[in-house]
Parts: sequence; structure tokens; C-alpha cells
Amino acid sequence: MARVPILGDVSGVVDEGLEGLDHNFVTARIEDLVKWSRARSCWPATFGLACCAIEMMATGAAHFDLARYGMEVFRASPRQADLMIVAGRVSQKMAPVLRQIYDQMMEPKWVISMGVCASSGGMFNNYAIVQGVDQIVPVDVYAPGCPPGPETLMHAILTLHDQILTGELTRRRDRTGGGAGIDLAQMPPREQPAPEPTDAP
Amino acid sequence: MTTPVVDEAVGAMDMGSDERVRRRDRSAVLRMTEVEAAELAITPRNPITGEVADERMILNMGPAHPSTHGVLRLLLEMEGETVLRSKPIIGYLHTGMEKTGENLTFLQGPTNVTRMDYASPLFSELVFSLATEQLLGIEVPTRATWIRMLMCELNRVSSHLLFQATNGMDLGAVSMMIYGWREREEVLRFFEKVTGLRMNHNYIRPGGVAADLPDGWQDDIRHLLEIIPPRLDEYEILLNNQPIFRARLQGVGVLEPAEALALSVTGPILRATGYDWDLRRDEPYLAYDQVDFDVVVGTCGDSFDRYAVRLEEIRQSLHIVEQILDLMPDGDYRTQDKKVTPPPRARIDESMEALIHHFKIFTEGFHVPEGEVYAAVESPRGELGCYIVSDGGPKPYRMHIRGPSFANLQTLPHLMHGRLIADAVAVISSVDPIMGEVDR
Amino acid sequence: MSDTEATVEEAAPVPASTSCGQSVLHPGRDAYLGTVESLRNEGYCSAIDLTVVDYLTHPGRTDLPEGIEPERFEVVVGLIDHARRTRIRLRVQVPADDPTVPSLFDLFPGTEAMEREAFDLFGVSFEGHPDHSRILLPEDWVGHPLRKDEGIGAIPVQFKAASERR
Repeated sequence: MARVPILGDVSGVVDEGLEGLDHNFVTARIEDLVKWSRARSCWPATFGLACCAIEMMATGAAHFDLARYGMEVFRASPRQADLMIVAGRVSQKMAPVLRQIYDQMMEPKWVISMGVCASSGGMFNNYAIVQGVDQIVPVDVYAPGCPPGPETLMHAILTLHDQILTGELTRRRDRTGGGAGIDLAQMPPREQPAPEPTDAP
Repeated sequence: MTTPVVDEAVGAMDMGSDERVRRRDRSAVLRMTEVEAAELAITPRNPITGEVADERMILNMGPAHPSTHGVLRLLLEMEGETVLRSKPIIGYLHTGMEKTGENLTFLQGPTNVTRMDYASPLFSELVFSLATEQLLGIEVPTRATWIRMLMCELNRVSSHLLFQATNGMDLGAVSMMIYGWREREEVLRFFEKVTGLRMNHNYIRPGGVAADLPDGWQDDIRHLLEIIPPRLDEYEILLNNQPIFRARLQGVGVLEPAEALALSVTGPILRATGYDWDLRRDEPYLAYDQVDFDVVVGTCGDSFDRYAVRLEEIRQSLHIVEQILDLMPDGDYRTQDKKVTPPPRARIDESMEALIHHFKIFTEGFHVPEGEVYAAVESPRGELGCYIVSDGGPKPYRMHIRGPSFANLQTLPHLMHGRLIADAVAVISSVDPIMGEVDR
Repeated sequence: MSDTEATVEEAAPVPASTSCGQSVLHPGRDAYLGTVESLRNEGYCSAIDLTVVDYLTHPGRTDLPEGIEPERFEVVVGLIDHARRTRIRLRVQVPADDPTVPSLFDLFPGTEAMEREAFDLFGVSFEGHPDHSRILLPEDWVGHPLRKDEGIGAIPVQFKAASERR
């Protein structure tokens, strides 16, 4: 049975001196720490417009749970948010409001375009709907679906986190000068370890 | 046969009740353009005497506020913290669905209308299909009717659970949001099993439904009937006697029956005022005359009544679902009229005629005789109506959806008049608008 | 003929018809307000719906009763009588060169938003409406999109990745 040290009882603590530096400290580059913290505490701004907002709320609810990524706090104020999930169709009247909210967010900020209406206008190719929010704000990840189920939205969010961590997102943004424009369907598959060769006759 | 409340309310209509509505209207509804509002924001003036009133200001609420009720914008004229006049500004979700509907065939119509009221999409599909079937003059098989009724009542349950969740969260009972979604996921799981989608199902189509219920659906329904009622009791214990919840909802946003009728209000808001009108019982459609359920009516017309009416309606809907479980007939799930219903996919390989019908229905669409019709159903928000004008072609000439929230929103200035701004949040959430059907 | 239509007919004959089993009245523009008021006095307590139809590209209406001149716009009003559980629909012809009808706001305040929507999307004006402005489209929008001579406003769809996939 493991000994639980009583407060004040330091007899079980091993003092290794300077040799303990190897496993009692974590070293990393500042850049990696910054990317890690940006990915792991990415607070979304509420920009739920239509049906996709209901699925976004479902993703934040207990069954699919965005809280495990630290994202259940949907900030109503864009000043406190990092991520804008544009969930729903953007009408002509709403477009200036969308841009204003995006401008009020502080850098670094990311945009997920959730659903086909936000990504491209969806089934509504008409006078009233902006054909894709990338006409108004730079988009980093497009999540297709009508509405995308919570699994798809989480895939989009996790893709965003991965890309923040690897730095790919920032590279793409610098290259395009706008959003990263990652399409979930076109992501290169993660490197899988090569399967063990079997001696099958 | 009418109830006393109905007679009294109708009688009150003649006795100058609309004078009362008009008086409240002048003092409650803020009718000014944005330019005037901006001017007043700089030098607020008392609108009657004209003198400078620096306690009075015009506050803009929305359209981007916490995403429970969508993109509704309110201009509030406030004196300190009291709301005097207000003006709801809508249109931030206008999608041009009625124009889009004129470019889609009648078979594609449900995909369009289902996205109007996105919390209860099956009702929009139902009313569109009913209107189309009336124009076509076809009969839908009984099994299809009962399947439609089952899905619609489950949709009412999921929509009212959404209301409970968002209502609780708006008032500060944030855990209600988590609980409401917990049950909703169970219902959505059933929908996904039957229709293939969690939302915007495109399941109820003119002629019947898209697919039959899968095997084992009775067990799934029994599972729902087991888990949801005890949790409704939990919500009652959690909320009903909670003093803060009661203080925030009781007496807040009182609406009288005559006012509600004058403002074209329908649904739980009308029933909460004490007025006894439910289309399922009074103008039965589908098979509602063959099932037994109570129409839930409130007493005071305040926000607490609206919450309680919707909670009890969940129980009544589950009672209907229980009866459907026993009474579901066998038969076809869609009409066999070949001109309207696509043939089964297997037949397309065998029969040239089936292939031609399939081709014609999915490319050109079936032709609907000339005429115009209005069909209405009782959606969780009120009377959802569909007015279709057909010119004999495959696409509707004009398709108009009467969204209940569009009319219900007109009550907001009257309900918020003279109350604090915190009550404004409670009032909006108790009216439960879905902006998709408001703006269409 | 139902009691309603008989009573209304006694005051001033309003042509009536039925459509899919639903009774429809066709008052002229001048008789419109009077008809609605007498219907309301009879017990039609709520105005359920008010909308407009633009018949510009319609091949030809065959469901209008005799004596009614078809015009480009039609204002369609639905009323409901809860006590007798009946509905009635009114269809008023509105010419294109003078698209104005009286507003029902004084009789049924609930038609306020519906008339604003009709003005916004079709350009039909309602005299006596307290707040005659656009409701769904931005205030500076030009045109009335649901009119038949205005297109849907679709943009050509580009499939940018199509060539890569081949």
C-alpha cells in the first residue's frame, strides 16, 4: 500500500538535488506553449443564427459536451471570445452586424463556418442570403452539413485545434492574408504507422 | 359548442376592448425610424411634452445576443430601468423562402419549409403536405396519417423541451439548459433512427411519409415514455416552487384573452391567457379526433402560465404517443397514386413505366391542379398555416407560410411595457419565438 | 350558402365562391373594410393571416366568380370564428397602377406586421397603417422581391475543385 505522506512528514520525499531537474521541469519553446494555450482555451462567441445554432447548443450540452475542450463558455461579448462559429444562414441585413462582431474580437481570432448556408449559401441561392460568409469574414474551417451534426462540428473544432497546435493555421493565414480556408473533406489524413508486414502465404 | 371563456372574450371584443388595445398600443409600441431613434439617443425628449428628459434613453438590444432566440433586435425606450415603449425589429434571418418555394417542385417543397421553424420542422412539412394533398385531392393512407401524428407529437415534445431549456437558461437556471437537452437528445435519437436526420428531416412529404417506421420502433417509444415523465417531475420540483423562478415569472408579461385575439396570437400564449382554443381538438386534422388528450389552459396569462402550459403539454403529447403506440394501423406509408409517389427503387430496374414515373417526378415534378387552399395545424408555437396557389404546374405559383411566431412577436411591446429590463428577457423567452419562421 | 355569406350578402352583395371546401369572399376594394367589419361583428374574432399574391405570370384564373375583374395583385385575408369553428377567406383585387388598399389595423391590430410584410415584399400599400415601413428587408432595399417580375437573384455556382478531382 502506498504511503501517503502526512503534512509535514517529508521522510518519503526523495531529494535528488540537481539531478532531479530532468524530470521535475517541463521545457518547451514559448511558441509551443502559446499555441497549446490558444488551442486549449478557445472560447466561442455566440453567433448562432438559425438551425445550426440548435445543433451548436446541442454540441455544448451534456451529451456531446464541448466543456471537455474548455469551450462550453459561449461568450456573449465578442471582446472576450477567440472563436466565432457562424452557425446559420447570413442574410443581407445581418451581414454588417456579422462584420462588426468579427471586428470587435481581439486577435488571435478564428472563424468556423458551420453548415452549408454559412459556407456557401447552402440551398438558398437567392437575393436574401449572402453566398458564403467568406465574403465577409476570413474563414478558417468550413464544416459542411445541413445542419452538421454535433460530431461534424466537433470534428471541425478539433481540426481547428490541431491546426493551431501545428502552426499550420497561422502559416495558411499568412499565406492567404485572410482565413485559412480548411475544408474538412480535403484534409490530408493523419500519418498512420505502417502496418506490420505479415508473412501470409 | 363554446366555453364561457370563449364567449366572454368574443363579447369583450365588441365592448371597446380594442380601444383598450389601442390605448396600450399607443403607449407601448415604439413607432419611429432608426434615424429618429438615433436623434433621440442624443437629446432624449419626453414625447408628449417635448421637454428634455435625460432619464429617458433608447437602448438597442440585439440582434447578436446569446443565441437562444435567434436574431431578434429590440429598440427599447427606457426611463431608468423601466421599459416604456419598444419595437421589435426583425428581418435579420430573412431567407427568401417563399420566393425559393416558387422555384422548387412540390416534392422539394418540404425541404424548403422544414427550415423555417427549425425547432419543430415536421410541422412545417406537415402543413405543406396537407395543403398540397388538398389541392391534389388525394387521400393519404391511415398508417401514414398515424405515423405523421406520432412524429409530430414527438416533435412537440422536443420543441417544448427546447423551450424549457432556453427559458431556464435565460432566467439564470443554467442547469435547466443541460437537462432539457438531455431529454431532447433521446427524442432526436429516435428521429435519426426513423428519418435519418436529427433536424430538418424532410420526412413528411405530399402523399405520405418518406419511409416506414423501422422494426423495433415500439421499444424505442416505450423507452422514451419511461424516461421522460419522471424527469418532467424533476423539473417541476426544481423550478415550480423555486422563489426566484416564481418571482421572475409570476405577474410578468400579463396578456388578456381579448388582447391576444386582437393581436392574432395563437398557441400556448393564447391558451395561457385562459382562452380555450386548440386546433387539434377544435378543427381536427390527421387522426386527432381518435385520440384522447386534454387541452392545457392557463389562468392569468403571465409568463409562469406560459411555462406551465408548455410543460403540461409535453405530458399530454406523451399521452397521445402512448395511445398511438397501441392504435397504429397497418398499411402503406404513402399513397399508391403513381403520379404522385415515386415507385420503389427495385421496380425501376424491372418496369419501364416505373422508370418514367421516377424520372418525371424527380426532374419535372408532379402537376398539381389549379386552385388555392389554406391548411393549418397546431404547432408548438401556435397556428401554423400554409397558403398555396397553384397554376396547374409542377411548382407552387405562390407559397405563403403563416408563421405563428410572426404574429406572436407583436405582443412583445405590450408585455414589456412598464416593466424592468430584466423582465424583457423573461418575456421574450416565454413568448418563445423562432426567428426562422418569423423572417422566412 | 352559409349564414355568414347570407348576412353579408344582405348588407351589400359580396361575390362568394368555394375553394377546396373553404369559403372565399371576393369584396371589391371599396367594400373591403365594410365586409371585414361586418364579419367581425358576426363573430370572426381573429385575423389569422394577411398576404398578397402577384398574378402577373399566371396563365389565367378560372376560380373567380362572375363580375370580379382580375387584377395583378390580390390581397388575401384569413379570418376565423372560434365560436362557430369556421374560417373565411377574403380575396381583394388590387390593380398594379394603384396598389393601395385600406389597412385592417383598426379592426384587427394583429395585421400590423402582416401588412408591413406585404408592403415590403410586394409593394402593396395599406392606407391608415401606423408604421408603413419595411420589416424583413433592410430599410434601404430597392425593389419588392416577391413580385413576379423580379428574379430570384441567384448567382452562378462555381465548382472550383471539379477540375482537380479529375
